[in-house]
Amino acid sequence: MFAANFDYYRPATVAEAVQLLSTKENAKILAGGHSLIPAMKYRLAQPSALIDIGRIPELSGIRVEGGKLRIGAMTTHAAIAASADVKAHCPLLAEAADKIGDQMVRNRGTIGGAIVHADPAADYPPNLLALGGSVTAVGPNGSRTIDFAGFWTDLFTTALAPNEIVTEVTVNGYGKGTGGAYADLQHPASGYIVVGASAVVTVANGVCSKVSLVIGGATPNPVRASAAEAALTGKAPTAENIAAAAALAANGISNPIGDSFASGDYRVHLAKVLAKRALTQAAARAQ
Amino acid sequence: MKREVTITVNGVTHTRTVEPRLLLVHFLRDELGLTGTNIGCDSSQCGACTVHLDGQAVKSCTVLAVQADGCRVTTIEGLANGKLHPLQQAFWEKHGLQCGFCTPGMIMASADLLSRNPNPTEEEIRRGLEGNLCRCTGYQNIVAAVQAAAEMMKK
Repeated sequence: MFAANFDYYRPATVAEAVQLLSTKENAKILAGGHSLIPAMKYRLAQPSALIDIGRIPELSGIRVEGGKLRIGAMTTHAAIAASADVKAHCPLLAEAADKIGDQMVRNRGTIGGAIVHADPAADYPPNLLALGGSVTAVGPNGSRTIDFAGFWTDLFTTALAPNEIVTEVTVNGYGKGTGGAYADLQHPASGYIVVGASAVVTVANGVCSKVSLVIGGATPNPVRASAAEAALTGKAPTAENIAAAAALAANGISNPIGDSFASGDYRVHLAKVLAKRALTQAAARAQ
Repeated sequence: MKREVTITVNGVTHTRTVEPRLLLVHFLRDELGLTGTNIGCDSSQCGACTVHLDGQAVKSCTVLAVQADGCRVTTIEGLANGKLHPLQQAFWEKHGLQCGFCTPGMIMASADLLSRNPNPTEEEIRRGLEGNLCRCTGYQNIVAAVQAAAEMMKK
């Protein structure tokens, strides 16, 4: 399969990339290409120009700063999954990265590309939202920070302006006393999630002092399970308390996605089952 | 707007002028005649087109030739060094193939796996090869071949 033809640009700096994105008509940013190139081969996307940001050195790499991970947009899933810093400061993110696609996909696919693509079945969004953090985007008027909570706005849609480029992803790390877990059901053919639940739980003095729970895959964008979080906060992480909280995990889901493989009702059911697994494992890891 | 690309494939540097939409797998097969790298699904699923790009396994149906400009590529043709690579030897000895179509990709993905994890468990091998599909479903012997190659490479 061949994509429709396009012009190809390979800027050396972010400023040059932003300039190209602002001036070339119907241009798209090429990161790892593992969503964009297939979409172009199927002619679901027909950009007139690709701006390849794969050779801009400052866009790759992982730094730890004040308990947060600062990850360059072009950092691959494989690099995140294998990073000693990510494993030490945010093991949940390393686990999520390691679940994406397969080794060859992880060797090319990037965190910036994945979050901008905003696929409802992607692994990063529910985990990033559960962990908390922000996206740094650069446009013609400089750089701005977008909280994960406001980044994904609709199906395959983000808060980015058409001439903005994601340069960095900042993720809150966690340490002793806090555990994170991701429970998902993958589509047996594609490996994409049908539904995934990401939980980050802090346990202090025998009770859950902080609970973060996000459901992905059931709706166009990941949804925070606020009712379940509130139900478990301040309670001991017992099986009964976790089950009672997980039963509320789908309360924030309206109009769930349904297709020939998994109906909306089934996804709502999965949200509760997977929330229970994620909360149970996260609480166990916190202790 | 065509672009000139220079790619070093199996140690030999090639320069061609290509359309930006040319996929790396077509560069290898059609421009260089290296047809050992197969096109299976053409949709990033099956792994038949796996090659190494700067030492990492990638699906060459999902990489543009222009993205590989200035890079090193190793294909199945470049794996043997005078004699068969231990993985090639092991796939032969353990009959890690039936029709053979997935084999080049299986071997290139296995080489990447063993470079990161020289002593993988059976589960790690199966997980490491999840991006490579064998439609003959001959996975049992493929896993045995990777285990045998790992042993050979330790010696």
